[in-house]
Amino acid sequence: MGSVPFFFMSASSILIQFLNGLASASSLFLVAAGLSLIFGVTRIINFAHGSLFMLGMYLAVALAPMLGFWWSVPLAALAVAAFGALVEATLLRRLYAAPELLQLLATFALVLVIKDFTLWAWGPEDLLGPRAPGMDGAVRIAGLRYPEYDLFLIGFGPLVLGALWFLLRRTRWGTLVRAATQDREMAGALGVNQRWLFTSVFALGALLAGLGGAVQIPREPATLFIDLQIISDAFVVVVVGGLGSIPGAFLAALLIAEIKSFCIGLGYSKITLVVEFIVMAVVLIVRPWGLLGRMPAQTRGPGALELPLALPSRNALVALGGTALALALVPLLSAGYTLVLLTDILVFALFAVSLHFIMGPGGLHSFGHAAYFGLGAYGAGLLLLKGGVPMELALVFAPLLAVLGALVFGWFCVRLSGVYLAMLTLAFAQITWSVMFQWDAFTGGSNGLIGIWPSSWLSSKTAYYYLTLATCVGAIALLWRVLYSPFGYALRAGRDSPLRADAIGIDVRAQQWAAFVFAGLFAGLAGALFAFSKGSISPEALAVPRSVDGLVMVLLGGIQTLTGPVWGAALFIWLQDVVSRSVDYWRAVIGAVVLFLVLVFPQGVTGFLRERFAR
Amino acid sequence: MLEVSGLNAAYGRAHILFDLAFEARAGEVAVLLGRNGAGKSTTLKSIIGIVRPLAGEVHFFGRPIQHLQPYQIARLGVGYVPEDRRIFTDLTVMENLEIGRQPPREGAPRWTPAKLFELFPNLGRMQDRLGARMSGGEQQMLTIARTLMGNPRAILLDEPSEGLAPVIVEQMVRTIRELKTQGLTVLLCEQNLHFARQVADRAYVIEKGQLRGSGTLDEVREEYQQV
Ligand SMILES: Nc1ncnc2c1ncn2[C@@H]1O[C@H](COP(=O)(O)OP(=O)(O)O)[C@@H](O)[C@H]1O
Ligand SMILES: [Mg+2]
Repeated sequence: MGSVPFFFMSASSILIQFLNGLASASSLFLVAAGLSLIFGVTRIINFAHGSLFMLGMYLAVALAPMLGFWWSVPLAALAVAAFGALVEATLLRRLYAAPELLQLLATFALVLVIKDFTLWAWGPEDLLGPRAPGMDGAVRIAGLRYPEYDLFLIGFGPLVLGALWFLLRRTRWGTLVRAATQDREMAGALGVNQRWLFTSVFALGALLAGLGGAVQIPREPATLFIDLQIISDAFVVVVVGGLGSIPGAFLAALLIAEIKSFCIGLGYSKITLVVEFIVMAVVLIVRPWGLLGRMPAQTRGPGALELPLALPSRNALVALGGTALALALVPLLSAGYTLVLLTDILVFALFAVSLHFIMGPGGLHSFGHAAYFGLGAYGAGLLLLKGGVPMELALVFAPLLAVLGALVFGWFCVRLSGVYLAMLTLAFAQITWSVMFQWDAFTGGSNGLIGIWPSSWLSSKTAYYYLTLATCVGAIALLWRVLYSPFGYALRAGRDSPLRADAIGIDVRAQQWAAFVFAGLFAGLAGALFAFSKGSISPEALAVPRSVDGLVMVLLGGIQTLTGPVWGAALFIWLQDVVSRSVDYWRAVIGAVVLFLVLVFPQGVTGFLRERFAR
Repeated sequence: MLEVSGLNAAYGRAHILFDLAFEARAGEVAVLLGRNGAGKSTTLKSIIGIVRPLAGEVHFFGRPIQHLQPYQIARLGVGYVPEDRRIFTDLTVMENLEIGRQPPREGAPRWTPAKLFELFPNLGRMQDRLGARMSGGEQQMLTIARTLMGNPRAILLDEPSEGLAPVIVEQMVRTIRELKTQGLTVLLCEQNLHFARQVADRAYVIEKGQLRGSGTLDEVREEYQQV
């Protein structure tokens, strides 16, 4: 469909687009409402909510041939609810007292596990769902044909809204949920057993996600990409509507779905994301807690203060220098695969250190750092291939694309904190991924770009290794140095006590924004180095799992240590190399490892290690 | 019936309570007297289980309860009224009462909303009002009524007179006396000697998390005025 200016749309096609928006909003609302409900009571943002949606879809598609569509939908939703209850009772329950970051990471590990489970159970192909028997026809609306099933969906969303309203406002269970949302400790002191309240809330949230997925199957195929697509849409909805507000979720789902529908209807499907952005920006400026949201209740006491980051001792500096020197000598001993692996390790060490820069000292928990890595990588590829820029210059200028991304995304992100920030960073990363994935003509779409090779003088493995080594060591040293500059100290002050930092004249937001951009620059540099080392770049480079890789590296190494992220990256890349050669489901393995670590050391892996191997 | 011994508690690395020992006997009003920051609230939180004691024992009707979850302690018949009230401001008066509701309990007075509205006539006139729209005094009444809906055998009251107008304080004195008449055991935290005198059967003075004296209120009065 070509682009048509809005005022040339006929009244009837405007109506149809409007109805399309309403129909899409229903499913989106179910997911967002479940997410909000779970967060309200447990204070956990369930990153796996999109995965529950995906499970609902696949289950419904699988069950439909046996039971018929109309039975498969509720049964799939119930199965997802049961799965949700199981997850809550075995996993999340142990994490309610754990640091926020570990909670987020644990639900993220679930995303990886569920994705690989789905791949294993149903294969990589998209699965087409059945039509809804009895509603597979179309009706005439204003002279145009409109699917009956979409009309059903339009009514379904408000129906669920009404049911939720009744449940929350008119039943004892709902009253308990609302009380626990406000002050769960007090509810407990009054004799409310939170355990089963939490489990039931989680089950209901999962049910809504599963239902949202199951009712979509007549409209779109079940795919393995849908989980992250849905969760980032749901995050946008929840940020716009206000976390914890069900009517807010409804309103925002309508708004977002209508925007999408009209952009697509007008033939501007590519600018949907831009318009979504603008809407989100306006809402966040006018109402920082969302349309119907309120400032989140403080449920935790003042957090344990982080120990100050000590200056590295002379011995530590000598050891680091020694390590760099040893790395420089490696090519004398080995030229083959070791160099490729070490190049990877160096690139990801820089990536991890740049993430650590905003997470540790900055206190900004980014779940979308791969966006900047990917922008750097694509920047390098595009400059070389489309811009005809020499490789050396491409390497220098590519990170600027990441800087641009960090400038825009960071502007939004520093306005938020905690889980809001985590959600928004993930949503931005997913949006960046979508652009790269969909823009076939420019970025090569799902195939990516190939032929991104370094100049001939750098084309040997050894030469490129030295380039990477010099660049990464220099960049890491610079990042570390900045942590001990006035800027680094101001950043930490802003993390530990934003109010006091403000009071002594530190513009906390500006500092954090600058940190975001600075970290983005180096992540972009790592991405550009990565692109030239592989010769190609695909959307995977900035997909959300890559962001999680970074988080795992930082956490493995220790978020409040200086050099930890480097060791974490080395360990991670080496493990990945070993494991992915022998196991098909590498993501699930990573997920399982993360879950294991989080469960065994709920107070942080690194705290444990630090005690164990006190240096 | 409520006995505390060797109680130690801390927030992170800050040790707050040191070997506290005291008791409240069945049907009496025991008062913990202490200045701001003495550790009174921390003591009550340790009894109800919101704060995990480092060491020490809490016995309720001879049964150790210090290892239980707050909801389990509440279900044994310990009612807790926090000093900052912690009304559910998004909920109406009736809904707040509903959160506190527990089944009737052997050997404890049985409360219904109707009976509570006799005790707190103000609340009866605003059953559908949101907690957020109530005055401080009304919230204080509601927080006590909410706890009574659990039909407790003992009630922990944290500075119920704080910040209230004199008339309301008088009403609070009558309320506590009424609760005692009904057979409830009351453990009260106070700074206000005048208020404590009107209700206390037994008093303990706490300073910096340590016990400084115990006896009748007149016996500990001097110790309290010195701290
Ligand atoms: N949540 C908390 N975290 C850290 N310290 C606390 C906390 N609550 C109270 N304290 C400290 O514990 C001490 C005792 O406080 P509290 O029990 O509230 O005293 P009181 O109720 O007698 O005024 C005070 O020094 C106070 O600063
Ligand atoms: Mg107090």
